[in-house]
Amino acid sequence: MKIPMSWLSDYTDMTGITPEAYNHAMTMSGSKVEGIENLGDNLLNVVVGKIKDITPHPDADKLVVCQIDVGKEQLQIVTGAPNVKVGQTVPVALNGALLPDGTKIKTGKLRGVESAGMLCSYEELGMSESDFPDAEYGILILDDGLPAGMDIREVFHLDENIVDFEITSNRPDCLSVIGLARETAVTFGRPFAVKTPAVTGCGGDIHDFVTISVEDTEGCLRYCGKVVQNVKIGPSPKWMQERLQACGIRAINNIVDITNYIMLEYGQPMHAFDLRDLEGNTVCVRRAKEGEMLTTLDDVERTLDTSMLMICDGKKPVGVAGVMGGLNSEIKEDTTTILFESATFKAPLVRKTAKKLGLRTESSARYEKGLDAENTEPAILRACQLIEELGCGDVVGGMIDIRGEVEAPNIIPFDAAKINAFLGTDIDKQFMEDTLRALGFIVNKDTVIPPSFRKDVEGFADVAEEILRIYGYDKIPSTLMRGETAHGIKTRSQKLEDKIRDLLCGCGLNEIVTYSFTNPNLFDKLNLAADSPLRTAVTIQNPLGVENSIMRTTAIHSMLETLARNVNYRAESAALYEIATIYLPREEEDLPEERSVVALGMYGNCDFYDLKGVVETLIDGVGVSGVRFTADSENPTFHPGRCASISVGKKEIGVLGQIHPDVCDRYGADREIYIAQINIPDLLIYGKNTKIYHPLPKYPSVNRDLAILVDDKVPAADIEAIIRKKAKNLFAGLRLFDVYKGKQVPEGKKSMAYSLTLQSMDKTLTDAEVTQTVTDILAALEKDAGAVLR
Amino acid sequence: MSMKKKAEAALLAAHDLNELEELRIGLLGKKGELTAILRGMGGLSAEERPLIGQLANEVRAFIESELEKQKNILMSAARKEKLQAETLDVTMGGRTPRLGKLHPLTTVLNEVKDIFIGMGFSIVEGPEVEYDYFNFEALNIPADHPARDTQDTFYINDNVVLRSQTSSVQARVMQNQEPPIRVIAPGRVYRSDAVDATHSPVFHQIEGLVVDKGITMGDLKGTLEIFMKTLYGEDAVLRFRPHHFPFTEPSAEVDVSCFVCGGKGCRVCKGEGFIELLGAGMVHPRVLERCGIDPSVYSGFAFGLGLERIVMRRMSIDDMRLLYENDLRFLNQF
Repeated sequence: MKIPMSWLSDYTDMTGITPEAYNHAMTMSGSKVEGIENLGDNLLNVVVGKIKDITPHPDADKLVVCQIDVGKEQLQIVTGAPNVKVGQTVPVALNGALLPDGTKIKTGKLRGVESAGMLCSYEELGMSESDFPDAEYGILILDDGLPAGMDIREVFHLDENIVDFEITSNRPDCLSVIGLARETAVTFGRPFAVKTPAVTGCGGDIHDFVTISVEDTEGCLRYCGKVVQNVKIGPSPKWMQERLQACGIRAINNIVDITNYIMLEYGQPMHAFDLRDLEGNTVCVRRAKEGEMLTTLDDVERTLDTSMLMICDGKKPVGVAGVMGGLNSEIKEDTTTILFESATFKAPLVRKTAKKLGLRTESSARYEKGLDAENTEPAILRACQLIEELGCGDVVGGMIDIRGEVEAPNIIPFDAAKINAFLGTDIDKQFMEDTLRALGFIVNKDTVIPPSFRKDVEGFADVAEEILRIYGYDKIPSTLMRGETAHGIKTRSQKLEDKIRDLLCGCGLNEIVTYSFTNPNLFDKLNLAADSPLRTAVTIQNPLGVENSIMRTTAIHSMLETLARNVNYRAESAALYEIATIYLPREEEDLPEERSVVALGMYGNCDFYDLKGVVETLIDGVGVSGVRFTADSENPTFHPGRCASISVGKKEIGVLGQIHPDVCDRYGADREIYIAQINIPDLLIYGKNTKIYHPLPKYPSVNRDLAILVDDKVPAADIEAIIRKKAKNLFAGLRLFDVYKGKQVPEGKKSMAYSLTLQSMDKTLTDAEVTQTVTDILAALEKDAGAVLR
Repeated sequence: MSMKKKAEAALLAAHDLNELEELRIGLLGKKGELTAILRGMGGLSAEERPLIGQLANEVRAFIESELEKQKNILMSAARKEKLQAETLDVTMGGRTPRLGKLHPLTTVLNEVKDIFIGMGFSIVEGPEVEYDYFNFEALNIPADHPARDTQDTFYINDNVVLRSQTSSVQARVMQNQEPPIRVIAPGRVYRSDAVDATHSPVFHQIEGLVVDKGITMGDLKGTLEIFMKTLYGEDAVLRFRPHHFPFTEPSAEVDVSCFVCGGKGCRVCKGEGFIELLGAGMVHPRVLERCGIDPSVYSGFAFGLGLERIVMRRMSIDDMRLLYENDLRFLNQF
């Protein structure tokens, strides 16, 4: 909301308030000032001058040399303008002047003759032809009555400060000059008054001109109408146009300008109909009928529906209530009789209609926040007063005023002590009462009644805020909470996530954060089966685009996208992880399961076992034991020979492997990419945080190396299980230190070398005992796995 | 006694430990000079024997002590020489184990969490796919409220939204927990803003909520001041100014003194000296009521701040998209 400060002074005293002080004080009392603009800021050192003498330039036919009185002194200025004459009053840019286009004027020589400035055209002053429709080409000739030396900004009212307010949605009353003048007055402790507009009238009775009925009393809370006859359409006066322009509204003609002026001044949108266009001289406020059409003032044909509240004549709609008038009844150059409308419509109705029509106007923006029904009458009277002031019509006697029930006043208990206790302040009761009164409240002994334009003040807390914002938020003393000592804690799962981050960063992986909504094409990109449950996702009704239209059901996609992006950025290698939420719809439930997973991904300088090592470190680090990795050739996202499902007991907790090259191709990443995804809730279930001490062994351990030859297909996990089982309670460790295929190993076989550690808790093992155990192990390996000692 | 002198001279002349050992063997060894003397004592008289014995022992002790001295000297010389030979170019780079980096959003969030945990706040979570009720209705934003337009919300269906604010957790906590309540709820929120340098349809907020008997607006101010001063340093100045949120009353917007100019006014703060940081206020009595908490007994405050904004300022990141692009060249900087 932009308002010139001078307009505010119509209602309160603004003297001595600098723009800086105004900005700060208003912001701190709740009317946030976004900025204060001065139209004259880029027009400096231009004054009124009188041409005293003109002589030809000695060396240039088209130039003349003028002697000009600029008040303090007489200057010599050279100009090429054809229209200058002795005795004229003209704008003079002095040495050091700044013009709106950025030009800086300096004393200099023109063809050898000293020139101490420049005479200006209206264009050079930043104005347009419409400002001076009668001006001739050349220097702008000013009114002779202007004194020499007067600042040109004063001449054209360009020294105006225009304040740009950010008004919160609860304060529609502040979308007006009067509302903000009231706030200004209370903030600065200045007087504030709105006079009841005086209308003389020309006699007659409005009822002879028009009949108004409100069919939808729920949607239309009040409808005031006044008729003006003998209207003379023309431009509105300059001062009115300037004010409208300063507020960002284009001047159209006197009648339309008056309605806009009232909207800005009173915050009450108004409309003017050409009465001869209203069929049957009637106005009816009703919902639109299905299929009715209306071309609005912006020349767009709108299809209406039965939810929309319309202003209609005897036959057809002539305006969308609270949004925009119809083209069919607009004010024209030959309009002679008009109907002014000043009405209150139900806020949500206007909001929905404006939204449906995609037509948000200055009017609807005010209505949708809820306007004061008490404001319609003063506003329409003020419009009529302006008609008379401007002499552009005769106001017919009588007003049609249709309204429903008047709302009962909201009586709010008032207790100064309670307010202070709530705010943690010590505000004087008298200050509270004075403030509330100044804001328009009625203050009784134990109660207050907010003014009709403050529907946002509903109860105790609102009253407290009213007082506080004028008292000053900055004066509240900062205190520390009393009450029971609380101790802040993190839940087990929060701690687990912290731990996972520690572990993975420790393993050299960078954390990433990605969007949680994604593209439904990911399912195909990931090769998921047509009946994969992961294809059922939470879908956004109104997404920004298809690429962000579903909530992810896997974190693998985001990880792949990120890795692919880094491949394209030519990063040699990458190792990343994300703690991501996936959203899994649940049958019979409105809300999906939001499951935390950890996704790990890497490429470059790594293979399957690097990722697996990190996964093992992670699992061990969070205290989960008994984890199995089982070859999974069926997962379509992964390389069929390089994928393992991760499980604890019978519960699958994750997956790990190399991404299928087909999938990599679809992501545009021509690299071997390794990804794992593990459910965090499962780590929470199976993880044990308490470690128990086992006594240190008293007897030495024995190491034996076993090199075996085994069928290539036999998984290491099987070999290890056999060794572990046969070593019984002597088992103290096993490490695979070499796997070899090739020369000296038969086709289809592999050589595996283990270092086995045996140890007894109760004695030193004898050579015989060790040999016996190893023999047992080898026998079992041969029998169960077909393995032979090399 | 010439032997004593001779031994001393020989020991001093020894160049290294090997020579010294040879000398020891020559003097004190089985075939050594002194041993020979002792062996020869059998032929001495009973009077002479103790004298010569004593003398021989004295010589032995002397030689042993000299040997030890000389050994120490030579050893320390040898050590010195070895150390010299082992000199490294310490200016050469080390072999660093590669550590991963936390995402800047996590780093700063951890800091925020720690500050509030220190003040007795617990950390709570709530669903991102949320009922309209918790995101709006319970927070005093009924279906027709104009505030719904300003927060462009993603809808799943008529009753379910992607939460547009972490304030949705407020109502859930109040419905499930008796006061005293002291929690922060960090998490993702969603608004249909097109992506640009300062907007993202997904971003993070941190909601704070305190409900107890006798909680005042002064407590809100005190709590946020501690938070800001811990985060931004003791010099940070807070500015509270009136604002409007449907679920708090009184409501405030809180600005912090510009970290670039310290409040003088500069380009970053658009000359204001302050930067808008968070929204806060006293929990609206109607919100308390709706969550089954009696506003005549309890009061509370709530606040909500954007994590991205803090992170971007803290780390001078000028484009929000960097946070979600996960370019390694970006991630490795933190």
